[in-house]
Amino acid sequence: MSVAVTIESIEKRFEAFAALRGVSLDIQPAELVALLGPSGSGKTTLLRLIAGLDQADRGRVLFGETDMRELSLRDRRIGFVFQHYALFKTMTVAENVAFGLNSRPRRERPDAAEIRRRVGDLLDLVQLPGLEKRYPSQLSGGQRQRVALARALAIEPRVLLLDEPFGALDAKVRKDLRAWLRDLHRRTGHTTVFVTHDQEEALELADRVAILNDGRLEQVGTPDDVYDHPASPFVCEFLGEANRLPVKVVGSQAFLGDRPVLGGLSQNQGGPASLYVRPQHLRIVDDAPLSLPGVVEHLRRNGPLRRAEVAVQGLQRRLDVDLASQVAPAIGERIRLRITHGSLFAAA
Amino acid sequence: MAAVLPTLRWREPSILPGFGIALGITLTALSLVVLIPLAALFLKAASAGPADIWAVATSPRTLAALRLSFTGALFAASVNAVFGLILAWVLVRYEFPGRRLVDAAVDLPFALPTAVAGIALAAIYAPNGWIGALLAPLDIKVAYTPLGVMVALIFIGLPFVVRTVQPVLEEMQGDVEEAAALLGASRWRTVFRVILPPLYPALLTGFVLAFARAVGEYGSVIFIAGNVPMVSEIAPLLIVIRLEQFDYAGAAVVATIMLLLSFALILAVNLIQAAARRRFGDV
Repeated sequence: MSVAVTIESIEKRFEAFAALRGVSLDIQPAELVALLGPSGSGKTTLLRLIAGLDQADRGRVLFGETDMRELSLRDRRIGFVFQHYALFKTMTVAENVAFGLNSRPRRERPDAAEIRRRVGDLLDLVQLPGLEKRYPSQLSGGQRQRVALARALAIEPRVLLLDEPFGALDAKVRKDLRAWLRDLHRRTGHTTVFVTHDQEEALELADRVAILNDGRLEQVGTPDDVYDHPASPFVCEFLGEANRLPVKVVGSQAFLGDRPVLGGLSQNQGGPASLYVRPQHLRIVDDAPLSLPGVVEHLRRNGPLRRAEVAVQGLQRRLDVDLASQVAPAIGERIRLRITHGSLFAAA
Repeated sequence: MAAVLPTLRWREPSILPGFGIALGITLTALSLVVLIPLAALFLKAASAGPADIWAVATSPRTLAALRLSFTGALFAASVNAVFGLILAWVLVRYEFPGRRLVDAAVDLPFALPTAVAGIALAAIYAPNGWIGALLAPLDIKVAYTPLGVMVALIFIGLPFVVRTVQPVLEEMQGDVEEAAALLGASRWRTVFRVILPPLYPALLTGFVLAFARAVGEYGSVIFIAGNVPMVSEIAPLLIVIRLEQFDYAGAAVVATIMLLLSFALILAVNLIQAAARRRFGDV
């Protein structure tokens, strides 16, 4: 059912604005891929190009072995869920979901009873049983979202594309739907691409995350990959909070000022560099070689975590440190920090 | 336990101030300009006595004039609904040189004195006019026939449909069309099942406005109609004729019949619309 999607060096301009500057991406059958990036990065443009709603200036999109341009919109069999759902408001939920089946040429169209049965099954699948007769205006945002998904699934799509699927929903509903979509994907196994600007959503849902910036693909990889081994400072900062330390690499050690802060560097990349360290990768230690002395200036609550802001000599910005233990240092206390993990990028 | 009976109130308590004064001003203004004149009209008509009213109402000339006015207005409003919808579609969906000019020209029938429009139409559609001369060999007469009445009514009603449909079309998001196309709908099906249905309420409003305007239209029609009794004489003209003959009661009877018919038609359409709104919401 599901097919692989191959995107080959796609370029797209909108007048003077280059929306995509040569993007290539292979998507495996039944894979769940997130296109992640800030607004204006080209992620929605890429999704629309895959759907064939826009034409690329250069490059091509393959479904399996077939060039997508050889297929009509109908024959592409793409399930597309729009950001604002694009439900047909003068049709009931059942009519919305059945629209794709009813649009088939008469020869391929299932009979009315069969369509009714399938609509019922799909509404069960998206957990909206019994809402056939409602109109979209009588549904909540989360329900509309799921009707849009059921409508897209009704045509037995070969590829499912979702544009900011949870963008218009409140935080609680987003979380619920996320888990539900993950589960749905596991059961139905559609090749799925979704666009989001929410890194947490991308990391939690996707098999692989493709990070776009300014029309280019910065990095593609599993959530662990991209989070722990970002390929660029952009990816590192976009995926989560990070402290930036201007360091100098000499031999296998990184120095902040004249103090070594990180050792065991394998690459041979001497000279000035930026060291990105996430708050949870700074640990308070009693004493150790390779540690940073600092003074606790603020303590904050950050959801489940406690966060200390630590002033370090030679750094303009205070370091954010997540406190792992329940025992917190006091404000004004002198502590030492050890970097357990960091990403090093040669200074531009 | 005693059930709490809902107390009947004639209005819901509201935090918005000024209900009393706003309603007072509304009713006063409405009375002065609409209700009192209309009441006077009814009284005048009633002064004729039942037998006379019946005689006027069922006289062949009155019936012919009413038939022409109402069928003409319905026909013109229908033509405008189709043509105005297409015009609005073109204005909203396509960029072409002169679009702003066309957009502005749509309002001209509003601005032009209706007599000017009538004379212009009569000149063009007369057998020796630009268009009339083209139609004459085909044995089609427009000016001085019921057809001429329709032309004038179409002219003056056009802006209503365009101006009611246009904003709804502008607000309609392109994504429903894309959704329909990706679901495999043909262009035809997309237009008739997806694009048009949300437009129906606005289209109906435009239709009613164009119809109401056409029923009451006088100035432009009398120049092109020829005003032959029983053939191309409209009801508003018949009223004027009765007035000129000092037959005030007769005029009032025709006017009252027009009023009741128009009110019934417009009320019916408004009820249909309210039902549609309840169903689909205003999303």
